[in-house]
Amino acid sequence: MASSAAPAPAFAAAPAATGQSGLWSWLTTVDHKRIGMLYLWTSLAFLFVGGTEAFILRLQLAHPNGQVVSAEVYNQLFTMHGTTMIFLVVMPLSAAFFNFLIPLQIGARDVAFPRLNAFSYWVYLFGGIFITLPVFFNVAPDAGWFGYAPLTTNQFSPGIHIDFWVLGLQILGVSSLAAAVNFITTIIHMRAPGMSMARMPMFTWMSFVVQFMLVLAFPAITIALFFLQFDRFFGTQFYELAAGADPLLWQHLFWIFGHPEVYILVLPTFGLVSEITPTFSEKPLFGYNVMVFSGILIGFLGFGVWAHHMFAVGMGATADTIFGIGTMLIGIPTGIKIFNWIATMWGGNLRFTVAMKFAIAFVALFLIGGVSGVMHASPPTDLQQTDTYFIVAHFHYVLFGGSVMGIMGGIYHYFPKMTGRFLSEKLGNWHFWMFFIGMNLTFFPMHFSGMLGMPRRVYTYDAGQGWDTFNLISTIGVVFQGIGLFVFAYNFLKSWKGEKNAPGDPWSAGTLEWSIPSPPPEYNFAQLPIVTSRYPLWDIKHPERTAELRHSDPDTAVVAEAHGVPMLEQTETRTAKALGIPMPFPTIKPLFAALFMVMLFASLIFLHTASLQVAVVSMIGTTLLFIGAVYSWLTSPLE
Amino acid sequence: MATAAIAESSAAPHGEHTHYTTTGLENRKIAMWTLIGSECMIFASLISTYLVYKGRSKVGPWPHDWGCKTSAIVGKTAAAVQAAGCAAADVMKPVLDIPITSQSTFVLLMSSLAMVLALEGVENHGKPGYDRWYKGSRFWLAMTALMGAAFLGYQAYEFTSFVHEGLTIRTNLFGSSFFTLTGFHGTHVAVGVLWLVSLLAIDMKRGLKGATDVLLVDIAALYWHFVDVVWIAIFTLIYLIQ
Ligand SMILES: [Cu+2]
Repeated sequence: MASSAAPAPAFAAAPAATGQSGLWSWLTTVDHKRIGMLYLWTSLAFLFVGGTEAFILRLQLAHPNGQVVSAEVYNQLFTMHGTTMIFLVVMPLSAAFFNFLIPLQIGARDVAFPRLNAFSYWVYLFGGIFITLPVFFNVAPDAGWFGYAPLTTNQFSPGIHIDFWVLGLQILGVSSLAAAVNFITTIIHMRAPGMSMARMPMFTWMSFVVQFMLVLAFPAITIALFFLQFDRFFGTQFYELAAGADPLLWQHLFWIFGHPEVYILVLPTFGLVSEITPTFSEKPLFGYNVMVFSGILIGFLGFGVWAHHMFAVGMGATADTIFGIGTMLIGIPTGIKIFNWIATMWGGNLRFTVAMKFAIAFVALFLIGGVSGVMHASPPTDLQQTDTYFIVAHFHYVLFGGSVMGIMGGIYHYFPKMTGRFLSEKLGNWHFWMFFIGMNLTFFPMHFSGMLGMPRRVYTYDAGQGWDTFNLISTIGVVFQGIGLFVFAYNFLKSWKGEKNAPGDPWSAGTLEWSIPSPPPEYNFAQLPIVTSRYPLWDIKHPERTAELRHSDPDTAVVAEAHGVPMLEQTETRTAKALGIPMPFPTIKPLFAALFMVMLFASLIFLHTASLQVAVVSMIGTTLLFIGAVYSWLTSPLE
Repeated sequence: MATAAIAESSAAPHGEHTHYTTTGLENRKIAMWTLIGSECMIFASLISTYLVYKGRSKVGPWPHDWGCKTSAIVGKTAAAVQAAGCAAADVMKPVLDIPITSQSTFVLLMSSLAMVLALEGVENHGKPGYDRWYKGSRFWLAMTALMGAAFLGYQAYEFTSFVHEGLTIRTNLFGSSFFTLTGFHGTHVAVGVLWLVSLLAIDMKRGLKGATDVLLVDIAALYWHFVDVVWIAIFTLIYLIQ
């Protein structure tokens, strides 16, 4: 039945499931695919916000003594650019893929807790709006995305700018934590029969590592933020130097979170690229086991190197040495991954789709960012580079060249699966080249302006220090990126409404998510599949590609054979009801729980803008509403 | 071709509703363990901050030492402080009251025992011998919640007396880190009490029995024991070690 000549299965049009359109259905959805889509749309909207902020920053810096914005506004813009891109764009873009892909890749019908999943999204949306709105009223956070205390205490940052930042990040932390608990449970528990850990697709593996990092790293910043919140609102003294506080307390707690955060931002992309490269090289991923273990190793080491962000504070030679060596060690598993991607492509039957171009660009650009990272892992070198544009160049190569380019590749790769429609490859090529050229034009010169001593986070600079040309080039690069972004937006919006002509397996890929129609029916799999290898679909359609892979014991294979026709040919476009698959009820309750929780955090602002009474009444009221919403949610049946 | 890799699974046949899980355990239990992992990091951050700030306060009251309201004099006894020149009226006691807190610690430890018995009551619901009131889940759930509430009572008393002795969350680094740490823990106990009372309400209404309800109580028990263990760490590190 499954020979290399097996015809591509004929998929019927995706099911027009009932009650799946209209605003109300989106507000009440608990379907992981639709929540993934909500994450995607929202984070792309925030990408425009963060991009606009960056554009204004670069306009200001295009020439010496720029007059586009004032120093105060500049501070708000660079703070919000970092905060937005990290917490509202890259993390939720990853979350969009976690949501959409993990259940499909492991052969599950949904995540472990569908309603908690909806809650995570709504908390993210409301939290994102909460932290972004002040930008339009000139009261946006203005102390950097790292919010160093004591700079952020009332004494040095009066007003409500920082209040929004502190509370907004707390809110977003709740969203990430709830999602992480959900995905850990999903990956441990919801895998289809035969989907052992050693057969999980690499994206799911890397996401799995990321969820553990989220669960273990976020508490440190949560507590640091609570201290700051208490200092600002209740008069505690955690960051009060006059009372004997340690000026490094914040930095330690923040970077214990902050460094793992770097890997939280980039590991999902490692996963996506590990799905794209095998598909378009028509070869299994090279060194699967090593890829898994290097990912886990990165996760572990990522918790032990935070103080490389603090070499300049003078921790002493011993601490500097330990953290410097630890940081360089992380280069090893990361380098292994780079070689594995190259080896995956090596000798493969390469197809240069837009997704593949983004993936290849990711490998190259991330490598540049990685190499400059190893440079300032050395404390003496770091002392020269710290707080200069060299660092800005480094982390943009990692986060733009790495995360964003990889995620864009993921979007081009998975758009057909998400929507049943293709993104235009022609426009995609424009998008790719604009991004690729633009980002190199912008960030490569920053290595030089940084080495020449240009400090970051400063709103302007004087002429004649050798920085002028480099800055102008950087700004020109942003124009290219902006064009690329608009081409992408046009492509995305146009294709969203375009012709539904994507088959279930448009790229001839090997993993489970491609074995079902595009877009998948609400229940994903009409019947849970039995999995016997890492590339189940290739086993059927392209056995020559997986001939050298180990397959499962004969028993499972026999079971699989006894059941006959492969799943993909059998998947019918019937409703869940017709198939007798119980689906969770749509519900608005997670949205309200999220709303009340965000309002509870927001009430604290009244302490600084209104009176104690107003704040207390508002907090008690929203707490009661929140508890009520949670009770009502927990006591209503799931399905 | 022997490796037909995707085939229909016998685990979820048509029309029959079985929720397949890879390990056979229930989702919520894994979720609770994950959450506990995260909570460990929360309390680790709080406790480390307390320990880092230990002895860094510029003014009293102090946790284990005698102090002076008008100067920076610190001593092991009231006499030592007075001998160093502090007027008798200005002497400040050490705030931590180990005998009282030992009592509340004992109550919280016993509540864990009650929790175990409550779970046993649900597991053995309807079995011979378990129909007596003192073997049933209602009694032990109520006892657990009551002891949790008693612990909160002790904490309220403790906080109030500290405030009377001049230690608030704003006084010094000790006050800030102490009240924040123990307040976080107290909030966790309060959430636990609310949870236990909810379970008790369900038990009164329809009786807790069967595998689903065992799981429900089991997860609450997991949380409760965790909160208890955290308190043992806090009591040892903050109260006992000087
Ligand atoms: Cu780092």
